[in-house]
Amino acid sequence: MTQPLPQPASVPSGPARVRFPDWGFFLLLGLIGGSYVLLVVIMLAADFFYTEPSDFLDSLRRPEIQYAVKLTLVSCTIAAILSLWVATPLGYLLSRFKFPGRWLVDTLIDIPVVLPPLVLGLSLLILFHIEIGGWQLERWLRDDLGFPVTYRVPAVILAQFSVAAAFAIRTMRVTFDQINPRAEDVARTLGCSRSQAFLQIALPQSSRGMMAAFTIAWARSLGEFGPILVFAGATRMRTEVLSTTVFLELSIGNLEAAVAISLIMVAMAMLVLVVLRLLGTEMRS
Amino acid sequence: MIELQNVGLAMGDFSLSGISFRIEAGQYAVLMGRTGRGKTTILEAVCGLRHVRAGRILLGDRDVTDLPPGERGIGYVPQDLALFPTLTVAEHLAFALKIRKSPQKLIDERVAEMADLLSITSLLKRKIQGLSGGESQRVALGRALSFHPPVLLLDEPLSALDEATRAEMYDLLARIRDRTGVTTLHVTHSNEEAKTLGDRIIRLEDGKIV
Repeated sequence: MTQPLPQPASVPSGPARVRFPDWGFFLLLGLIGGSYVLLVVIMLAADFFYTEPSDFLDSLRRPEIQYAVKLTLVSCTIAAILSLWVATPLGYLLSRFKFPGRWLVDTLIDIPVVLPPLVLGLSLLILFHIEIGGWQLERWLRDDLGFPVTYRVPAVILAQFSVAAAFAIRTMRVTFDQINPRAEDVARTLGCSRSQAFLQIALPQSSRGMMAAFTIAWARSLGEFGPILVFAGATRMRTEVLSTTVFLELSIGNLEAAVAISLIMVAMAMLVLVVLRLLGTEMRS
Repeated sequence: MIELQNVGLAMGDFSLSGISFRIEAGQYAVLMGRTGRGKTTILEAVCGLRHVRAGRILLGDRDVTDLPPGERGIGYVPQDLALFPTLTVAEHLAFALKIRKSPQKLIDERVAEMADLLSITSLLKRKIQGLSGGESQRVALGRALSFHPPVLLLDEPLSALDEATRAEMYDLLARIRDRTGVTTLHVTHSNEEAKTLGDRIIRLEDGKIV
């Protein structure tokens, strides 16, 4: 007959006594996390109560504001499309392949994220105006190609793109990291070239990630301010986007208009995020 | 016929060398060995998914050592199956034929034929999410066999299945062997699988074929 194993006296037996209740745990998580949500809500509420409905209407009636709204929508959308255009191949390369200098590329694409935005704008300005043996990029684009950039709309888009693309690339890289590369391997054994495996197997699986990358790039472009101010200026009816409008209104002491425009930006951002999320849900189903 | 001549492979800090064996046309060979000893690596090398450092790989009378995977004519079922999440079951069976630009009529006929052989006709319109282990296995087999490859490579195809499903798969794999005459290399660490299915057993021990 087998003897039951003797229990050492120091080991407690029987059911464990739960010391901290689950509701307390969730309450704690909710309180700590909720404090941030509360901060966002009260900031927006403060903006909202600071302005009168007439401030909105007055702002929206001004042609320069209407121009800035249009330019913001157009430039953010183009910058986001360009960001996705470079982020998809680069994200795929970084996720799937080990190539010489990969660590360097990985580090370089983080530079626009960590660099102060003003420095980025300054770098763009210098890039377009540095003289190399009597040749200058801006002069060549303007005089030979008829496509001036600095202090024009293309400068707005380039400034937005240079920051937004970095975020889009990060998103696409994580997207491809999460997609099983074995499926592409199997597709290659079935007769696909690498490009066919990418286009037919990897890319369709990355649609949610692409939507996320586009959204992030669009939102970053909307908030971009420093590089635009330096590289594109803030000229009314020409390179003024909503982020620079807020700055221009503040600089002339028109606080009510600045706040009203900030709230218009919040509304635009929320509208775009909701539309993209709905599109994403539709694509999934 | 599958023939490896003195094949050398490296994966990280682990390497295999001097791997040689020959499987005759139509044979069902089982490659056995303990987990983590390079069985999958050998399969990947035959597929063309892993670089071969030394030696030659022959399929039939062709030297495929330097050919890309798609030109080798191999049906491959990896251990994790790696089904395509955005495609339906029918699209899996049609995939290799579409890549080869086969006429639609031929594709439809082949899809119906494969679905019948694998008993998955009722699943054709479904996406792969929510398929059972056995159903997924059949889809992966159908995808691999759809383009009449002369060689089929199976990486532990039955390890994740319950006993009843495994018994069904034994029957199915035997039926496929009889119907198609495909030369098969089946990797496993299960003696039961090897005895039930194999015409021939190849053992990989301490990095050598014995």
